[in-house]
Amino acid sequence: MIVREWLFLTMAACDAAEPWQLGFQDAATPMMQGIIDLQHNIFFFLILILLFVLQILVRALWHFHYQKNPVPQRIVHGTTIEILRTIFPSIIPMFIAIPPFALLYSMDEVVVDQAITIKAIGHKWYRTYEYSDYNSSDEQSLTFDSYTIPEDDLELGQSRLLEVDNRVVVPAKTHLHIIVTSADVLHSWVVHSSGVKCDVVPGRLNQISISVQREGVYYGQCSEICGMNHAFTRAPET
Amino acid sequence: MADEIELKTAPADFRFPTTNQTRHCFTRYIEFHRCLAAKGEESYECARFAKYYRSLCPGEWIEKWNEQRENGTFPGPL
Repeated sequence: MIVREWLFLTMAACDAAEPWQLGFQDAATPMMQGIIDLQHNIFFFLILILLFVLQILVRALWHFHYQKNPVPQRIVHGTTIEILRTIFPSIIPMFIAIPPFALLYSMDEVVVDQAITIKAIGHKWYRTYEYSDYNSSDEQSLTFDSYTIPEDDLELGQSRLLEVDNRVVVPAKTHLHIIVTSADVLHSWVVHSSGVKCDVVPGRLNQISISVQREGVYYGQCSEICGMNHAFTRAPET
Repeated sequence: MADEIELKTAPADFRFPTTNQTRHCFTRYIEFHRCLAAKGEESYECARFAKYYRSLCPGEWIEKWNEQRENGTFPGPL
């Protein structure tokens, strides 16, 4: 019972949306790990501030209830407290802002020697992937389409509305350069575990640099409304 | 593994440091064709540019540009 649960938790990482999930999926890249750590950091201070404000509010409601305190005081201003309650809430976000800026600029670092370039082209309502690093002519790319498997064709154990027929296969622990574009309308290429969300614009190539640190299957969903089957467009990678 | 597979692809170009790589792909394509025009069809240096633009540009864009070049309607400084 307990031992089996412990084994289960260490063997299976959460790389796809789970029912009633509240937290993030497990990180597969340093970028996502940075985002998760940042969120934990800020959430801690958020809770402290929330408790502080709630405490003041509840105290005020409790002690100055009209039955316990029928005669209200007529305090109009208090200079010291006004200065303090302006300055401290300005300083706190300044300190909270330091880790996000560090993460933001480190996410923008350009990796000079990427190992492989993969192109993801968004269509309504599927993806096309091209691997063309080793072409010797213009026509030879390894190209394939990736459609979501309809519910009727699922096999036992596959996730509904997450699996596709051809997954993108990427090498682990290598710097990937992913270039996304669209063939028709706006889409967004998202893989939650890798911390990737990039809008896909027709006529424009957007680049994403990631380095997946562990092997696994990571699922993603389209994040920009693109028509009827927007909710059913997927991007899982292996 | 017996022989190491070497992974190589188009390097990051400092002329295009931002997320938008459209001009990067277009510039590599133009560089390749200018190289061909300058050095002839079979030159080795031009193959490098060819690899770069093939890595970066989607196949549909390359087909469209090749057609435009054949028609003489390519909108770039070849």
